[in-house]
Amino acid sequence: MPVMKRRSFGVPEMLLFLSVAILVIVVAVPVLLILYTSFFVDGHFNAGQVMSILSEPDIYEALLNSLFIASGTCIMSTFIGTLFAWLVVRTDLPYKGFMKTLFLVPFMLPSFIGAIAWKMLLSPRSGYINILLMDLFNLEEPVFDIYGYGGIMAIETMYLFPFVFIQVCGALERMDPTLEESARISGASLLTITRKITLPLMAPSIMSGALLIVLYSMAHFGTVAVLGMENGIFNIPVLIYEKIHQSAGSFDSIRAGTVMAAVLIVSAAFIIWLQNKVLSRGRYQIIAGKSFRPMEVKLRGLRIPLFIFCLAYIGFTIVLPTVTIFLVGGLSTYGVDITWENLSLDNYKFILFEWDLTRDAIWNSVSLGLGAAVITMFAGVMISYVIVKMQVRGKGILEFLGMLPFSVPGSVIALGVILAWSGKFGINLYNTVWIILVSYIARYMAFSLKANSAALEQVHDSLVEAARACGAGMGQALKDIVLPLVRPGMFAAFFLIFLPAMRELTVSIMLYAPTTRTIGVAIYTLNEDGETVLSAALAGIALIIIVTGQSVIKYFQNRKAG
Amino acid sequence: MSYVRLVNVTKKFGSVTAVDKLNLEINKGECFSMLGPSGCGKTTTLRMVAGFEDLDDGEIHVGERLLSAKRRNFYVPPEKRDFGMVFQAFAVWPHLSVYENVAFPLRLRKLSSQEIDARTKDALEHTNLLHVANDSPDSLSGGGKQRVALARALAINPDVMLLDEPLSSLDPHLREEMRFEIKDLQRHYGFTIIYVTHDQSEAMALSDRIMVMKNGVVQQIDTPFNVYTHPANKFVFSFIGLSNFTDVAAEDAKVYVKGSDLILPYSGEERGGLFTMATRPSEIDFVAEGGLRGEVVRRTYLGDIVDYSIKVGEQFLRVQKGRNDVRLNEGEICGLKFKHPFWYDAD
Repeated sequence: MPVMKRRSFGVPEMLLFLSVAILVIVVAVPVLLILYTSFFVDGHFNAGQVMSILSEPDIYEALLNSLFIASGTCIMSTFIGTLFAWLVVRTDLPYKGFMKTLFLVPFMLPSFIGAIAWKMLLSPRSGYINILLMDLFNLEEPVFDIYGYGGIMAIETMYLFPFVFIQVCGALERMDPTLEESARISGASLLTITRKITLPLMAPSIMSGALLIVLYSMAHFGTVAVLGMENGIFNIPVLIYEKIHQSAGSFDSIRAGTVMAAVLIVSAAFIIWLQNKVLSRGRYQIIAGKSFRPMEVKLRGLRIPLFIFCLAYIGFTIVLPTVTIFLVGGLSTYGVDITWENLSLDNYKFILFEWDLTRDAIWNSVSLGLGAAVITMFAGVMISYVIVKMQVRGKGILEFLGMLPFSVPGSVIALGVILAWSGKFGINLYNTVWIILVSYIARYMAFSLKANSAALEQVHDSLVEAARACGAGMGQALKDIVLPLVRPGMFAAFFLIFLPAMRELTVSIMLYAPTTRTIGVAIYTLNEDGETVLSAALAGIALIIIVTGQSVIKYFQNRKAG
Repeated sequence: MSYVRLVNVTKKFGSVTAVDKLNLEINKGECFSMLGPSGCGKTTTLRMVAGFEDLDDGEIHVGERLLSAKRRNFYVPPEKRDFGMVFQAFAVWPHLSVYENVAFPLRLRKLSSQEIDARTKDALEHTNLLHVANDSPDSLSGGGKQRVALARALAINPDVMLLDEPLSSLDPHLREEMRFEIKDLQRHYGFTIIYVTHDQSEAMALSDRIMVMKNGVVQQIDTPFNVYTHPANKFVFSFIGLSNFTDVAAEDAKVYVKGSDLILPYSGEERGGLFTMATRPSEIDFVAEGGLRGEVVRRTYLGDIVDYSIKVGEQFLRVQKGRNDVRLNEGEICGLKFKHPFWYDAD
């Protein structure tokens, strides 16, 4: 009589093993190496040396700057994000839906390109707005100086506030309107309701958005690198980059880098812990019931002024810098007046068809983006499947490892990848395109896991069980039932990785070699080298690629919905 | 002595008329239910009384006060109406304690702190919440949360209490218990209740009068007894209680079950052609002699009740008998006698 024997190492175990292996190699090893290198000297734990490195003046200053810039950005972003969210969800502002979409546009624009644009507009000596104002009012001194803490915070706010905006919008939309209606019938005016009911109920969402901003701002490289150089302002990621870049791989500077990276890891962990605490303490059951439309606050006399304010904000923060990039990209030299005679497509032609450096950069970014997106998409489906659908022990560690890069800053990942793949384990990828690919995979794995997990959670187990009951084997059920249902998730994962990879700067800048520049690196270095118009032209092309990609996603999403 | 008066009240959402020229008078201290399927306009009506929706036409008065009048462009906002309201999803504020939830409407009225405390405790006592006053409402069960909502609505001692499906988020047995609690509170405080529900048994149990609505139009306003025994039309008949509808045809002054030669006893107005007989399953008797011939095709025990499906001609009738009544077997031929049939036009 044939007996079905339970294999001790079957397909599930193999999937689990593969998933763990991928995440350990790609994510865990680099992060652990950073912690190890910073705390252990010659194999011995040495906290004293960590302290002495931290108290070096430049590192100490970078720490303070990171904190200062993050705090300022956080306060400004939280205020703006909450205000706009409230306006767009809860008031009778005109064209609310359209305005909401516009406020999310900064999500897809790379902030360092924005910083470059604002530098062209507001730098004290040659910024177009400064020159215009000085000419108009016969001023001796420039009105604005973008090269300071205020400028850096303002630019970071422009690109980071959507994190608060989207959190608060979501919470406001999901909130049960009867919570406010019951306050109203109790006799509370709209202002009282906003103050005593709505804002307290929104507080956890606002806080969690604000903490995200602190996290991202502390880890943010581009804006500070572009705008801070002039007055010697630098934060931790910028200093890590400089140490690694200038030292040509000397161990002291790598160690200094790892100590700073460790600081970033620890503060990120603290912020994530705090965020969880805030969210769990304040996870009110505020989503329930049959929803009538939430009440709209009538803005009355303020309706049109606030609408104009929103439009002006969008015009200033999105349209103006974008237009500036394209116009400056058309100039023959930076600094000449923007007139029809001075504009041409020569720069665009030059960087697209003639100059090897930029052509290589575009090619590198496209192929790296495609490669990372495809690999991460497939690995993500497999790991998500293990996490969501399989009853195996130890999948909690998978979840942790997979989501780790969400909170680990790009410069940390880059440094970790350098430590892991520079021959330490017999493989040396340094100065090749492969090391960038590995770091992209590590950086974007969390995106893929999120999209695929969400899709897999929609696939109820009974769907697979029904297929099995009909006589399909496990493989058959996966192929015919699960894969078709998670395809949208995979598709989303692909673009969630491909598009950010196209504009990536923080990681690539630490890893590039002369032939492995990416678009981001090329824009940044051209700008540093004073090739402002070429840098702007390349930035313009990057924007076109990103916006086109985003439109493709939108098109497919709408088609799916419709 | 009408207290709440709705005159010609109309509400449109785009091209859909949610409530059409509704006229309604509710007495002081009455428990008045609005009953109907979802989308019939009952919740919209309640929300217009509360002030959350403006009218497109008509007026709403409570006592001497005019609350909404479209033509005069007059509208009192909800916070100025001094009503109590309880929502389906409880809507208790999770960031405030039970005590603070109930005290909230009192604090807004700038009362002295002693009075706030006294009235809050009074409301909490009558809803059996005094022992959890300092807890977060999130730690309470669904029934507990709904008591908090009730206490909050009671706190200002309103003349009118608006209840928007307050029990439909609760378990069935808790629902019955809360019905009696609401009734007791009304007896103690004497407020007028306007109650929205889609559950007919809830409406029957609680109300002095019931209004049945469909597609924004009133079908009947009457006592629970009359709505059940004298339904105004076929819709009300079908919405309240179990019902059979049998297609019948009149020919040569006789009424036949449609598609058969079975003759029905008919004593109504003279009709011709096709129409409908409406009967309640519990209002049909089995008779040995005479009656309408039918065949038992299915018998189901439901505990106290035995439920039969009887084939009459080409149609089926449901009959419910007590478990101690005559029992018939599947396949048996029986005679049916209808106690109070209603006759309606065919659809």
